[in-house]
Amino acid sequence: MSPSVPLQEMIRAIRSARTQCEERGVIQRECAAIRAQFRQTDNGGRSHNLAKLLYVHMLGYPAHFGQMECVRMIASPRYSEKRVGYLGAMMLLDEKQDASLLITNSIKNDLSHSNQYVQSLALCTLACMGSAEMCRDLAPEIDRLLRSSNSYIKKKAALCAVHIVRKVHELGELFVPSARSLLSEKNHGVLHGAVVLITELCERSPETLERFRKVSVPDLVQIMKGLVISGYSPDHDVAGVSDPFLQVRILRLLRILGRNNEAASDAMNDLLAQVATNTDSTKTVGNAVLYETVLSVLDIKSESGLRVLAVNILGRFLLNNDRNIRYIAMTSLQKIVSTDHNAVQRHRGTIVDCLKDQDASVKRRALELSLALVSASNIRSMMKELLIFLSSCPPELRAHAASGIFNAAERYAPSKRWHIDTILHVLTTAGGDVRDETVPNLIQLITNTSELHCYTVHKLYRALLTDISQQPLVQVACWCIGEYGDLLLKGECQETEAVQVTEDDVLDALEIVLQSHMSTPTTRGFALTATMKLSTRITDNVDRIRSIVSIYGSCIDVELQQRAVEYNALFKKYDHMRAAVLERMPVIQKNSLGQTNGELSEEPIKESQPGKVKQEEMALPQQPAGQNVYLTFHKLVCSTYLNQFKVFFMLLLASAPTVTVYEKNGVTLTLICERQSESGLTVTLTASNSTDSDISSFTLQAAVPKSVQLQMRAPSRDSLPAHGGAKLTQLVVLNNPNKVGLQNANRTVPTSLTSIKMS
Amino acid sequence: MTDLDPISIQATRASMRFLLLFSRQGRLRLQKWYTAISEREKKKIIREMTTMVLARQPRTCNFIQWKDMKIVYKRYASLYFCLGVEHEENELLALEIIHRYVELLDKYFGNVCELDIIFNFEKAYFILDEFLMGGEIQETSKQIVNRAIESSDMLQEDDHSEWYEVELFG
Repeated sequence: MSPSVPLQEMIRAIRSARTQCEERGVIQRECAAIRAQFRQTDNGGRSHNLAKLLYVHMLGYPAHFGQMECVRMIASPRYSEKRVGYLGAMMLLDEKQDASLLITNSIKNDLSHSNQYVQSLALCTLACMGSAEMCRDLAPEIDRLLRSSNSYIKKKAALCAVHIVRKVHELGELFVPSARSLLSEKNHGVLHGAVVLITELCERSPETLERFRKVSVPDLVQIMKGLVISGYSPDHDVAGVSDPFLQVRILRLLRILGRNNEAASDAMNDLLAQVATNTDSTKTVGNAVLYETVLSVLDIKSESGLRVLAVNILGRFLLNNDRNIRYIAMTSLQKIVSTDHNAVQRHRGTIVDCLKDQDASVKRRALELSLALVSASNIRSMMKELLIFLSSCPPELRAHAASGIFNAAERYAPSKRWHIDTILHVLTTAGGDVRDETVPNLIQLITNTSELHCYTVHKLYRALLTDISQQPLVQVACWCIGEYGDLLLKGECQETEAVQVTEDDVLDALEIVLQSHMSTPTTRGFALTATMKLSTRITDNVDRIRSIVSIYGSCIDVELQQRAVEYNALFKKYDHMRAAVLERMPVIQKNSLGQTNGELSEEPIKESQPGKVKQEEMALPQQPAGQNVYLTFHKLVCSTYLNQFKVFFMLLLASAPTVTVYEKNGVTLTLICERQSESGLTVTLTASNSTDSDISSFTLQAAVPKSVQLQMRAPSRDSLPAHGGAKLTQLVVLNNPNKVGLQNANRTVPTSLTSIKMS
Repeated sequence: MTDLDPISIQATRASMRFLLLFSRQGRLRLQKWYTAISEREKKKIIREMTTMVLARQPRTCNFIQWKDMKIVYKRYASLYFCLGVEHEENELLALEIIHRYVELLDKYFGNVCELDIIFNFEKAYFILDEFLMGGEIQETSKQIVNRAIESSDMLQEDDHSEWYEVELFG
């Protein structure tokens, strides 16, 4: 067929343009010429012009002015013009364009054309871009063509019907009878189209699925058998496999028909076994069929022998040289690891080996599978492999690997020491990629493992000396040294070799962290607090600590400065309380309400609704016998290690202390405490709203331990206008006649907390 | 594999969403779309595909998980063939589809190269439209596709006055 000379000349001209600008110039000229030609009457070169326009369109230039030309060309009696016209319609028109409706009539006419190639053009275009209306209009015509004697047309009509069903679901019913009869065709193209059509109909409607299940399974099995067993068929052979495209399609339909149905699954059992064993797996094409077979076996109600066969095929795929095949083996194993866990476990070794594969996608799959295969019995060996992987894995997988390792460690840790070691190992290797809650979770774990405090602090101290760049590790280390520094200084340890350090050494280590440019402000906060805590755990160098703390009193970082000032005050004015305040933290419990430490569960206020249920826990002031008021924010203390003493001191420092106890999402709540008598206290709660919308029905509730009497006066208002328009105040009177101090109260009991609930 | 919810009908789509051919410099040589999306969206996808595929290392696998679909790509000489398929599709078969298309082009042009496809892009589309249709495979026999193209070409040669019926064998 002679190529279009005008088209090729233009392509040559465009390609010889040396710059983008030059190319644009050429194209503008050409487009202008094309537009002019469109306006002229038929000059025999119309198809060339449209082809040129389509080329220009492919380069990314606008071509919508060619849409009407497409419509005209499609209506032309000349095949060459129709051909390009329909091509143009598929490229420039889609169902969203108005112009597409204009070709409906042409398509309708061409569907009944005497020449099958013209019919073919219409069918192809309809299947490619037919809108719902076009489909409705032309569906009966398509159904008629499905019964034609011409297989060339039948196969195209079948796929057209598929498109119609996708666009207009209800029309599926129309095609069911034809679809059934098409299954008895011999022509592979028609058969393939029929299978696709039946698949589509079955996926659309459960009733249709039922009908086909009853009648078609034996037919499909028969066809497959013919393909698998029969001799070499030159027309459809691909590397020794007879029509793999059709085989895969039939397998997929069988899968849909056999799903959740014992009888149908039984009927196809033998066939699937046959395909699985007879298909040549040396080339990709054979493996494609095997892969589809495996997917089908695993999805229907197959007998266990067949399932094991399928999993073994996947296991074999894992050892294949072709990494594509290794990759799909792993994706499939991933899907069945929960249902066929034991079968997949058998291939654990190979999967773990794939952690070392070159390909990043294979590595990722291997990681997910390995994490899914971890169990109590293999945790030690698996963790070893996972930690090796973590040290050399690509950066984008580190966070996922670290969190997976943490989860696995938490679920299956054989011992606490192993657990702590594993976490520390991860922090040293991939400290930068762990999630934020790792630090509080680890701290909780350490606190709860009291028998290993000495061991832990030693390990962390050594880690700190080696490397202070991994922030989570440094934070935990500082916290531990602050808490258990005395164990470090004792110089003896059961679990590990003890260090011989002096108090100065320990303070040096913390000071290095404080001063290092690698430390984030959070980390420095940890270090400062730890230094402060040591003031009660060491004997000789308290002055050094005092001086460190006072230096940071003028630090630029506001958080550090505030802490330093408060700690200074603790040294000066409240020195008598220092020991009590800084003593060892209690064992931290997870909140009985289901909150985990480290977070205050809060739902953000939606601007459109009044705020709902935010829980804030804090303790109201308790009066120790004959002592001044002090507050302990039990929950707050436990849950925000950083702010451990912050609010505490804010209350102390002011004579009429105003404490902002809640400030989030535009709502601020402060309380002012005033001692009235030996056992009485009034708290004034003030709430304000700085958001853009009003909050209505705002109420405060409080709860106290049984020994304390509570009286809540009426609030000044019950709504909070926007932009801090007015404040809400409420007076709460507390009486603590038994003068029960918090020291004596049960620390772990949540009733020592007061909850402020806002609704 | 999810069970079919008997109450709601799940939306199904064609197996293939698009086929793109582009050179190693990222120049588009062919684009076939089997879903209805806007021009802007198409351009965006083309940009992302070319960037993503061209950035792949030589010895990595040919499948990429991208958004809610799978991208199957293969390089033949200076051209990248990039097929966007639905999530449930058989990737190995998608590779075979690409290979079959290359074979068809090869048979038609005789040892096809990128220039053939550049200068005869409309033929490449015609061949594709005999092999795939509406996002599914249309014909699984190479010979039938080739014969259909040859006959269509002949028809185009003499499209002056009469039409004549052409019966295809097989």
